[in-house]
Amino acid sequence: MAWRAQPVGRTPGTIAAAGIFALVAACLAAVAWRAADDGVPSLGPADWAALRFTVLQACLSACLSVVLAIPVARALARRSFAGRRALVALLGAPFLLPVIVAVLGLLTVFGRGGWISSLLGLFGLPPLSIYGLQGVVLAHVFFNLPLATRLLLQGWQEIPPERFRLAAQLGAGPREVHRLLERPMLREAVPGALALVFAVCLTSFAVALTLGGGPRATTLELAIYQAVRFDFDLGRAAVLSVLQLALGLLAVVAGLAVAAPAGFGGGIGRVPVRWDRTGRAAQVLDGLAIAFAALFLLVPLAAILLAGLKGLPALEGPVWRAAATSLIVAGASTVLYLALALPVALTAAAGRPLAETAGLPGLVASPLVIGTGLFLILYPFIDPGRAALPVTVLSNAVMALPFGLRVLVPAARAELARSGRLAMGLDMGGWNYLRHVLLPQLRGPLGFSAGIAAALSMGDLGVIALFADPDLATLPLAILRLMGAYRMEQAAGAALVLAVLTLAVFWMFDRGGHARAAL
Amino acid sequence: MRHLAIAALFTSTTMLTPVFADDAKPELVVYTYDSFVSEWGPAPVVEKAFEETCGCDLKFVSAADGAALLSRIRLEGARSAADVVLGLDTNLMAEARATGLFVPTTVEAQYDLPIAWTDDTFIPFDWGYFAFVHDKTLTFPTDFEALGQSDVTLVIEDPRSSTPGLGLILWIQDAYGDRAGEIWQGLADNIVTVTPGWSEAYGLFLKGEAQAVLSYTTSPAYHVIAEDDDTKTSAAMTEGNYLQVEVAARLKSSDQPALAQQFLDFMVTTPFQSAIPTTNWMYPAVTPEGGLPAGFDTLVQPEKALMIPPAEVPAQRKAALDAWLGALSR
Repeated sequence: MAWRAQPVGRTPGTIAAAGIFALVAACLAAVAWRAADDGVPSLGPADWAALRFTVLQACLSACLSVVLAIPVARALARRSFAGRRALVALLGAPFLLPVIVAVLGLLTVFGRGGWISSLLGLFGLPPLSIYGLQGVVLAHVFFNLPLATRLLLQGWQEIPPERFRLAAQLGAGPREVHRLLERPMLREAVPGALALVFAVCLTSFAVALTLGGGPRATTLELAIYQAVRFDFDLGRAAVLSVLQLALGLLAVVAGLAVAAPAGFGGGIGRVPVRWDRTGRAAQVLDGLAIAFAALFLLVPLAAILLAGLKGLPALEGPVWRAAATSLIVAGASTVLYLALALPVALTAAAGRPLAETAGLPGLVASPLVIGTGLFLILYPFIDPGRAALPVTVLSNAVMALPFGLRVLVPAARAELARSGRLAMGLDMGGWNYLRHVLLPQLRGPLGFSAGIAAALSMGDLGVIALFADPDLATLPLAILRLMGAYRMEQAAGAALVLAVLTLAVFWMFDRGGHARAAL
Repeated sequence: MRHLAIAALFTSTTMLTPVFADDAKPELVVYTYDSFVSEWGPAPVVEKAFEETCGCDLKFVSAADGAALLSRIRLEGARSAADVVLGLDTNLMAEARATGLFVPTTVEAQYDLPIAWTDDTFIPFDWGYFAFVHDKTLTFPTDFEALGQSDVTLVIEDPRSSTPGLGLILWIQDAYGDRAGEIWQGLADNIVTVTPGWSEAYGLFLKGEAQAVLSYTTSPAYHVIAEDDDTKTSAAMTEGNYLQVEVAARLKSSDQPALAQQFLDFMVTTPFQSAIPTTNWMYPAVTPEGGLPAGFDTLVQPEKALMIPPAEVPAQRKAALDAWLGALSR
């Protein structure tokens, strides 16, 4: 299959993927080069402890997020109820919020002074103890359960409806449907989701530090931070960053290697009818899964809403200007993201699966080291402050790639399997095939992934903090500035504006891409 | 065409090369930390006041905080576009001096600092005491040993990523020397969590996650002046409170040495200093004409100022961090 002729070219995607790797390598090299005079850096016991903690929390977070996502995604895939669509859209919110906003929302519910602790207090019980490994994992599950759910939900929707029909005709019960259809699909989708969540948690900095409770919860990213700002040891920062990058790549390559293509073949893409969902047990299970996910994810969001409403009236001009800047940055990032993601996804789908790793450097390379590297590269040529916005657009687009590719590649692969040979037979290749067959078929995943790209770009502080131009703040930076100026209430108001805008942008792209009504 | 995207980005950034202002006004570039340049910080007031007299264009460039500022100057070295760096502090001074990038100035002023100031390169513009901020209803222990034995909950900042966090470990190092580790072991069960920066810590405190937060004695002034809320206060410790003096200096590589000197002279006068109390929420280095704003008179005055002499900070910092890591990593 790998070498079969395909109606799409692999060269553009290969070049884009190589370009991204080259850019990240150049940044790391610039940092290492700058540190070359200081001798070869060595890693101490504290660095290894940081590595152990990083891997431990990322493993736990990934496993818990994906294991919990399976029943939630299954329930959402086979039930329809009023508000389902709104629920699915809102589930995206935690993942898309700026970290500090989400953490404060979580603490309103789970903190020592939070709602649950107050409730426990009424019964004379001690407050919840959220600070420590449990808090770090809780927050990561809060962020990544929705992501894992959406990825698996996508997997369920990739199973052609005809298969469910066939299963029902052959008298397959829920257990057989699970064994014959769902389990092969999960074998394909779960490893990738695990690897992606693991990679997201690998660079955790603010969450791990704020909820970790102290230096026991030191992650690699914090060790990098210490190397850059406490010791000004750029060599060590570069080495730690390479280590972090290698871990992420290892996870994703392993995920790709373990994933077994389910090979369902094609269908004509109608909404599936599920005959296997009427059992009492299945109904109760699905109800519980949906209720759990809704409570766990929506209650902290409600806390953010409540806190934000108080600060909303006090918002001043600079915040609205920052909101406009953020929208422009998000728009530009999304365009660039699509220009990168589509060729890379097609290359990965057309027989070069490793191309999918192209997104990873943007995700698992330390933002601080990449920012410093870009700074060193740009500095001789241009005032880095003037490059702040282009650099932010670029880094946001690259950062969205791993999420987008996880969605696009399986969909593109399935479509190539369905119509690729026919197109070749009809001598329909290149642009014609793209325009008339592939792109229309990929509308759903493209819209969803563009939504993720736009939303991530809205919420990410990214490298703008390193390159900040005083006159060009994005909304996340404005929130940080408000907090730094004691204006916590206004910061909460601005965070609400950000959350609403982010969701709106995401919803717009996601809806726009809906070829199939099912999602 | 798509594969050109990355290449195009490089060119699009280089197309934005600085355009020099066509009017002949000289430009003074001041590097400072982010909260100084924000709309709610001192920069807007300072820029307007200085430009009225200097016949120049004052341009602020920001880095995240004092330590990031020093990193950036180190990265840029002698090629830096900066004429003045504003926002280093007494804990970074020795490292900054060791870069050899800064030059002495001739600023003379009647400083209102708790210590005598003699440095001729780094000029103070504001100062404050680190302190635990808490609600007035709480009786806060008066020294660190009692604090360690109490069950008062604290949120502090990480010394590896934050200026106040570094201040706290130097504070305990200065007050207790070899016993610092012991003091930290006493405090370990009081510390609810350690945050990456001041904002997170203060946000957590206001949310009620801990009874006290490491901040400044001047923090309650914000609540009194801006929010009309006098329920917050700070704790003076019998060991003394650690002093932070924020400084500015001009760079050897500056292409506007006279203008840089003029800015530093301006920095210790009323138009600059009067902006400090209610935008940076620190004490001005020189009390402006008209004194401090109402509300500052209600602040707690520590009896004793502690400060490790700047030149000794690099040597003591490592020991202080090891004591902190050793006690809190158990």
